[in-house]
Amino acid sequence: MTATTDEIVIEAQGLKRRFGAVEAVRDISLTIMRGEIFGLVGADGAGKTTIMRLLAGVLRPDAGAIRVAGVDVVAEPKRVRSELSYMPQRFGLYEDLTVAENIFFYSELFSVSPRERRARTGQLLEAAGLAPFQRRLAGQLSGGMKQKLGLVCALIHTPRVLLLDEPTTGVDPVSRRDFWAILYNLRESGVTILLSTAYMDEAERCSRVALLQAGQIRSCDTPSRLKQAMPGALLDVVADDPGAANQALKDAPGVLGLLLMGDRVHVRVDDAGRRSPELRARLAERAIAHTEITTIEPGIEDVFVALLEPDGAA
Amino acid sequence: MTGSQPVVVAEGLTKRFGAFTAVDRLDLSIAKGEVVGFIGPNGAGKSTTIRMLCGLLRPSAGRASVAGFDVGRQPEAVRAHIGYMSQKFSLYGDLTCRENLRFFAGIYRVPRQERAERTHFAITMAGLEGREDMLVRTLAGGWKQRLALGCAILHRPPVLFLDEPTSGVEPQARRRFWDLIHTLADGGVTILVSTHYMDEAEYCNRITMIDAGRLVAIGSPRELRQQGLGGQLFEIVCAPLGAALAALRQAPGVLEVDIFGDKLHVLVHEQAVAETLRPFLTEKGITADPPRSIAPSLEDVFVQLVSRRSKAPGDAGIKP
Repeated sequence: MTATTDEIVIEAQGLKRRFGAVEAVRDISLTIMRGEIFGLVGADGAGKTTIMRLLAGVLRPDAGAIRVAGVDVVAEPKRVRSELSYMPQRFGLYEDLTVAENIFFYSELFSVSPRERRARTGQLLEAAGLAPFQRRLAGQLSGGMKQKLGLVCALIHTPRVLLLDEPTTGVDPVSRRDFWAILYNLRESGVTILLSTAYMDEAERCSRVALLQAGQIRSCDTPSRLKQAMPGALLDVVADDPGAANQALKDAPGVLGLLLMGDRVHVRVDDAGRRSPELRARLAERAIAHTEITTIEPGIEDVFVALLEPDGAA
Repeated sequence: MTGSQPVVVAEGLTKRFGAFTAVDRLDLSIAKGEVVGFIGPNGAGKSTTIRMLCGLLRPSAGRASVAGFDVGRQPEAVRAHIGYMSQKFSLYGDLTCRENLRFFAGIYRVPRQERAERTHFAITMAGLEGREDMLVRTLAGGWKQRLALGCAILHRPPVLFLDEPTSGVEPQARRRFWDLIHTLADGGVTILVSTHYMDEAEYCNRITMIDAGRLVAIGSPRELRQQGLGGQLFEIVCAPLGAALAALRQAPGVLEVDIFGDKLHVLVHEQAVAETLRPFLTEKGITADPPRSIAPSLEDVFVQLVSRRSKAPGDAGIKP
């Protein structure tokens, strides 16, 4: 963990916020260190955006304390703004301005000196792969390019803390990689990043992850430790007819969960060493051909599903 | 999963907008009961292809047929035989579940005598018993999504198009949704899924990767993972990461390096190269664990195929 130090940059304690009858955030506490890329992971409505807005000082909590970069955000929400950059889901790009004009506008807004603006603009556009499109109207960019331009604008001043709300939603895989390359570079220079995502595979790229459900943190750790903590083990069962394999393994002893995928079944079992041969025998018994069973590392989604109560199946 | 006649066929399917070719000579053959994913970056031609296959856009050249009807000559027959679900646009939030179903039954011209039975089927399938009279906007994402699916199949279409069907819903709800999709496929419905999220693609029997209007690769998730990468993928835990990244980019036999959380993903030419990585890093004062062989994700494969194409435009990638 390269640039992570023991300096606390974001600290939230006992955060609560309700909107009418909806408890969007219920008792959230977080401690994020300098140089971390911290992921808030959860479905729509889990409370990701509300937490972001509370930390950015644009929404007041009903209860709880927040410190970001040493500033008491609840008491002095304005003072925290020079320390952080917040990119909401719908970042305010001006569609009838060009890429370069949007960047100019934000650098004025953040009072960036012309000299610094020129240096950073070139550097950021290059990293985002947007350098050839400076004269294109923002409204004519693809979804992925718009998100990257949003990030460039949010980074035109040098924030110590970056809050990104679902920055890669609607962004294609290639642009998504560019986006992450920029984030890792920022981390190297000591910027602390908090981002939210509904995509579990994205969580794997974070240094630490909080799994959110219904306004609460269900689990919080590094991706590797979350996976190690998953109850049971995951088996990858490849078969010519994965549907039949799925049926055959449904009621097998020791099976905690099944997931039928396109060309295989993922089976969570209590004990891989004991159950693999049993399941293999069961498939052979039912004449399900060309099967192959291997133990695989679970993904964050597997962990999430294994941790949550079955009655949460909304 | 092997039907006699393919249900969706495209031959040299092409769409031009002025001088721009959005879809370029696409060939496809999809069997009855298959779940096929369409994957590609924004602007790759995915939605143009889907719109042509739905009979909403006329091909500029080539042909396609869906459920036995030609998309260019019989677009209305095509539309009567398909279901379409997009999570974002298909439901009316200020109508109840039952009202949405009644509305879509009308739109899809479900015969009056079948409506009660189909509505009941959709409610049961979606697990919405007891919630029939709730306003749709008050439902959680998973229910909304299953209701949208119920609406899309009221008229028993043999072909179903899903547009990014599970974005933003709870993992458990997503799994339940895909179970439903596989059940429909078992019953003979052919399903086309368009997405740029690779984890949705994992649920498809076959995946079609599209880039710049061309078919880049087609195969099962497993086939694509095995053939698509052009090397072997390893994971290395090392520090400092930035220095390791820069060093490995210059290392012999290394095709690509990418940061992944607190590790590096390194694509190497062959197994032997992997063994040289740790000494190579140690020599430069970087601490490293031994590399660990990992299975590439579909996203790894896709990014690799697309970047290889942009380097060598003549290379069409994996052949069907």
